[in-house]
Amino acid sequence: MNIQKTATSSHSLGLLKRAALVGLAITGLGLTTSVQAQDVEVPGNIKWTIPFGVGGGTDVWARFFSPWLSESLPGEPTIMIDNVPGGGSINGANLFAVRAKSDGSDWLGTSASTQYPAMLDDPRVRYDYSDWTPILATPTGGVVYAQPSLGESADTALDALLEQPVKLAAQNPTGVELPVLIALDMLGADVQAVFGMRSRGEGRLAFERGEADIDFQTTSAYLSNVKPLVEAGKAVPLFSLGVLNDEGKIVRDPTFPDLPTFNEVYQARYDEAPSGNEYEAFRKFFASGYALQKLIMVPKDTPQALIDTYRQAARDFVDTEEFKEAAETQLGPYTPVIGDTVQRHLDDAMSIDDATRDWLADWLESEHDAKI
Amino acid sequence: MLDILLSSLGQLFTLSHLLFMVLGVLVGLVVGIIPGLGGIAGMSLLLPFLYGMEPAVALGMLMGLVAVIPTGDTFASVLLGIPGSSASQATVIDGFSLAKRGQAARALSSAFLSSMIGGLIGAVILTGFILIARPLVLSFSSSELFMLTLLGLSMVAVLSGRDLFKGLAACGLGLLVGAIGMAPATGEFRMNFGLDYLYDGLPLVVVGLGIFALPEIVDLLVKRGAIAEEPCQLGKGWRQGIRDVREQRGIVARCAAIGSLIGTIPGLAGSVVDWLTYGHAVQSAKDKSEFGKGDIRGVIAPESANNACACGAMVPTLLFGVPGSGTAAVFLGGLLLLGLQPGVGMIETHLDLTYTIIWSLALANILGAALCLVLARPVASLTRVPFATLAPLITVLIMFAAFQATRSTGDLLALGAVGILGVLFKQANWSRPAFLIGFVLAPGAEGYFYQAVQFQGTEAFMRPGVLIICALILAALFIPLLRSLWVKRRQASSVGAASTVRTEPPALGVIDVVLFITLLGTAIVAWIDVADLTLIGGIMPRLAIAILAVSCLMEIARCLMHRPQWQHQAIGLHGLWLAGFFTLVGAMLLLGFITAATLFCLVFLLAIARLKPWVAAVMAFGVTAFLVGMAEFLTLTYPSGLIDPWLFG
Repeated sequence: MNIQKTATSSHSLGLLKRAALVGLAITGLGLTTSVQAQDVEVPGNIKWTIPFGVGGGTDVWARFFSPWLSESLPGEPTIMIDNVPGGGSINGANLFAVRAKSDGSDWLGTSASTQYPAMLDDPRVRYDYSDWTPILATPTGGVVYAQPSLGESADTALDALLEQPVKLAAQNPTGVELPVLIALDMLGADVQAVFGMRSRGEGRLAFERGEADIDFQTTSAYLSNVKPLVEAGKAVPLFSLGVLNDEGKIVRDPTFPDLPTFNEVYQARYDEAPSGNEYEAFRKFFASGYALQKLIMVPKDTPQALIDTYRQAARDFVDTEEFKEAAETQLGPYTPVIGDTVQRHLDDAMSIDDATRDWLADWLESEHDAKI
Repeated sequence: MLDILLSSLGQLFTLSHLLFMVLGVLVGLVVGIIPGLGGIAGMSLLLPFLYGMEPAVALGMLMGLVAVIPTGDTFASVLLGIPGSSASQATVIDGFSLAKRGQAARALSSAFLSSMIGGLIGAVILTGFILIARPLVLSFSSSELFMLTLLGLSMVAVLSGRDLFKGLAACGLGLLVGAIGMAPATGEFRMNFGLDYLYDGLPLVVVGLGIFALPEIVDLLVKRGAIAEEPCQLGKGWRQGIRDVREQRGIVARCAAIGSLIGTIPGLAGSVVDWLTYGHAVQSAKDKSEFGKGDIRGVIAPESANNACACGAMVPTLLFGVPGSGTAAVFLGGLLLLGLQPGVGMIETHLDLTYTIIWSLALANILGAALCLVLARPVASLTRVPFATLAPLITVLIMFAAFQATRSTGDLLALGAVGILGVLFKQANWSRPAFLIGFVLAPGAEGYFYQAVQFQGTEAFMRPGVLIICALILAALFIPLLRSLWVKRRQASSVGAASTVRTEPPALGVIDVVLFITLLGTAIVAWIDVADLTLIGGIMPRLAIAILAVSCLMEIARCLMHRPQWQHQAIGLHGLWLAGFFTLVGAMLLLGFITAATLFCLVFLLAIARLKPWVAAVMAFGVTAFLVGMAEFLTLTYPSGLIDPWLFG
C-alpha cells in the first residue's frame, strides 16, 4: 500500500517535472512570440461569434459595431458575424470556448444572458470568463416604473408598493430581471413575478394591458416605448438602476438625471446605504448585466499587441461625433467602455463569493420557487 | 393622412425602391423555396447591407422578402410534401395529396392566387387598422391568448373525425414532446434525459420534417413510381386552380380576414392561424370526405391566411416592438439597424415609413405570387419524374433543412426519431396533424394558462373575450355533432329507425398494437421523469401524459368492446428504408455532410434509380455545388466528419 503510494507520488513527481519542462518550453516560445507580437498583423478575416439568433438585440448590436471596428482597424479586416443561437447563448459560448483560435481571428459577442448562467454555475456552462479578455463593453441603464393606480407620484407609488403585493412580468427567475427583483425585495416590496415572457417587450405589453402592476425596461426600450406612456399619465417612473462609474460606484444615470437610483431610494427609506449579501448580489448582477451588458471578448492567449490594437481601434472611433450620433439610437446615450476598465469591472462582477451565492440560491427558492 | 398615404405610394414607385424590392422578392423566393431556410436565413443575407441604407428603400427590400416567404415555401409543401416553414404545415396535408393525384399544377396555382389575394386583403385591412390597433392588441390579455391556443387545439377534434381517441392520443403525445425543455413558469428543465440537445426542446422545423416529409419519402420509395400516381395535365390543372379560387372566394375572404386579425395578436400568429383556417374550411364544407385526401379547399384556406397573417404580424412588431413571428423578429432587428425604434412613434412621427412598409407588402405580394404562378406549371412537372430519382435529392434537402435548425448532430437524429413516429402514424392512419398541433401549441397553452392564473386569478375565465372564444370552441366541437345528429334523425324518420344504426367497427393492426404499447410506455417513462418537478412546472407534462394515456386506454377499450376489424399493416420495407436513413446519418457524421451526401446521391442514383452514370454524376455534383454554395453565401456549417474539412476547407 505504502510502496504503491510512493510509486504514484514519484510518478506524479515525474509528471510534474515533465509538465514543468513543457511549461518552460511553452513560456519560452510564448516569450519569443510576444516579442514578435509587437509587429503582429491583424488577421484579414475575423469571425465574430454571436451566440444569439439573427435580428436579436446582440446580433443587431454586433452588426452596428462591425463596420466601425473594421474601418478603424489597420488593413480593414472583413468582420464576419457567425450566429450560433441556442440555449439562451450558452451553446454558442460553449462552442467558442472549445473552438476559438487565439490568433485574433476569433471574437465573441456576449450579453447578460451569457454572463448570468456562468455566475450562477449553470451545469450547461462549459466556458469560463477568465479564459477570455474583453476588448469593449457597452453599458445600458434601466428604469422601474409603476401603474398610476398605485400612486400619482413616485413617492406615493413607492409607498403603495410596499404595502400591497404587486405583479411583475419577467422572463425567468435567472433572467435579466434578476437584479431588479433583488432590488425590489430589498426595498421591502412583495413582488409576485410572473415568469414565461419571451422578451422584455412582452413584459411591457403585460404592463400596458394592466396585468402587471410594475415593470422594468432597459434604456432604449424605455425611451421609445415607456416615455410616451409616462407623458400620457399611464406610467410613473420609480427609480433607475444607475450606472457604474470608473471606480465601480453606482451613480445617477446621465440619461435620467432627475430620477433617483435604487441606492438613493434605499438610502432615503432606510437612512443607510444598502449592504449585505443581497446588495452584493444586486451589485454584481447589475454590473455584469447592465454596466457591462454586452461585451466583445477574445481568447486570453491572443497576442497582447493584437488586443492593444483592437482596443485602440475602438478608442479611435468611440469619441468621434459621427459615432456618437449613430450610436444614440443603437446604444442609447452611453459611451462604450474599453480595455482595462472593463477587465477590472468584469473580474469584480464575475467573482461571487460563496456566502452571496448561498444567499441567492435560498432567496430564489423561497421567493420564486426556482432552484439553481 | 391622405397626403401621407399618397406620398408613400409615390415613394413606392421610385426606381431605387422598386429595384431593391425586387431584389428582396427574389431573395425571399429562393430562401422560401429551399426548405428550412425561411425568413430568418433571408434576413441574414440582407442584414449586412442594411446598415447605412436609406430607411425607405431598405424597408422596401425587407418587406419584399417578408411578403413572399409564405408564398415560396408552398412549392416544397405541395410538390414534395415538405413543410418548408411553420406557415405551410396545413398546406402539406391536402396540397401533397393533390400532387399525388396528379393535380400539382392545380394545387399550386390556386395556392399562389389565394396567397396573393390574401396578402392584398391583409394589406388593405392593415392600412386602416394600424391606426386603431393599439387598444385591440392590448385587449388580448394572457387569458384570451390561452383560449385561442385552446381553440387551435380543438381543431384536433375537427380533424381526427371518426378516430377521435387516436387523434387525442396523437395530440397528447404532441403536447408532451412540446413540453420538453424549460418550463416557462419556473425555469426548470423537463424530460431532457441529460441530453444537452433537449434543453431547448425539439425545434419545430425538425418535428415538421420528421412527421410529414420523411414518412412520405419512405412510403413513395416503397411504392415506387412517381409522386403523381395518376396522369397529370399541367395546363388544364393550372387553369382549374385559378377557377377553384374564384369558386371558393368566400373561403379566401374569410381566411384572409382571420389571418390578418390573428396575425396582429403578438405571440401567437403563425402557429395557430394555419390550423384555425384549415379547421374552418373543414367545418364549413358540406362534403368533408375529401379533406386529407386532396381537397382544394384545404390548400386555399391556409394559403390565403398565411400571407395575410404576415401583414397582420406587422402590427405588434411596429407598434409594440413585440414580434408576432420568427420572421417578424428578424425584421424588427432590421428596423433597429436602420435606427428606427418601434413604438407609438411609428404612427406618430414615422407614419410615412409605416405606410411604405404596408404598401411594399402589398406590391411584393403581387410580384411574388405572379412569379410563382408563372413558375408553377413547369415546376409541377417534377411530380412526373420517377421518385427514385428525386428521393436522394429530397432526402439531402430535408437533412440540410433539419440541420439548420440548431446546427447540431441532434437535429439529424431527432429528424430520424420523429420520422419513425411519422411512419408508424402514417401506416396506421393516426392523425399526424393532431400531433403537430399539440406540439406547436404546447408552449403557448402552458405559458398563457400560467400567466392568466397568476395575473388575474379565477377572474381570468370570466372576461368577455374569454367567453366569446369559449363559445367558438364549443361551437367548433358540438355544431358538427348536432348537425350530424339532426341529419340522422331526419333520415331515421324518413327511412325507418333500424337502418341508420350502424357503428363502424374500429380498425386494428399490428402497428396500432405497437403504438399502444410504445405510447403507454412513453407515458410511464415521462411520468417518472417529471415526478420531482414542482407543481407548476410539472402540471403541463402531467396533463399531456394523462391525455395520452387515457385516450390510448379508451381506444383499447373501444377495440375490446366492438370486435375490431383486423387490418394488414405492412411495415417491413419501411423499416428497412428508415434503417438506411440512420446509416446515412452515421455516414454523414463519420465522413462529413457534403462527402456523404454526394456519395449517397451517386450510389442511390446508380444502384436504385438506375440512371445513366453521367446523369447520376452530374446530379451528385449538383448536390455538392448546392451545399458548398449555401455554406459560402449564408455562412452555414455542416457536420464536418473526417473528409469534409480536407476536401472543402
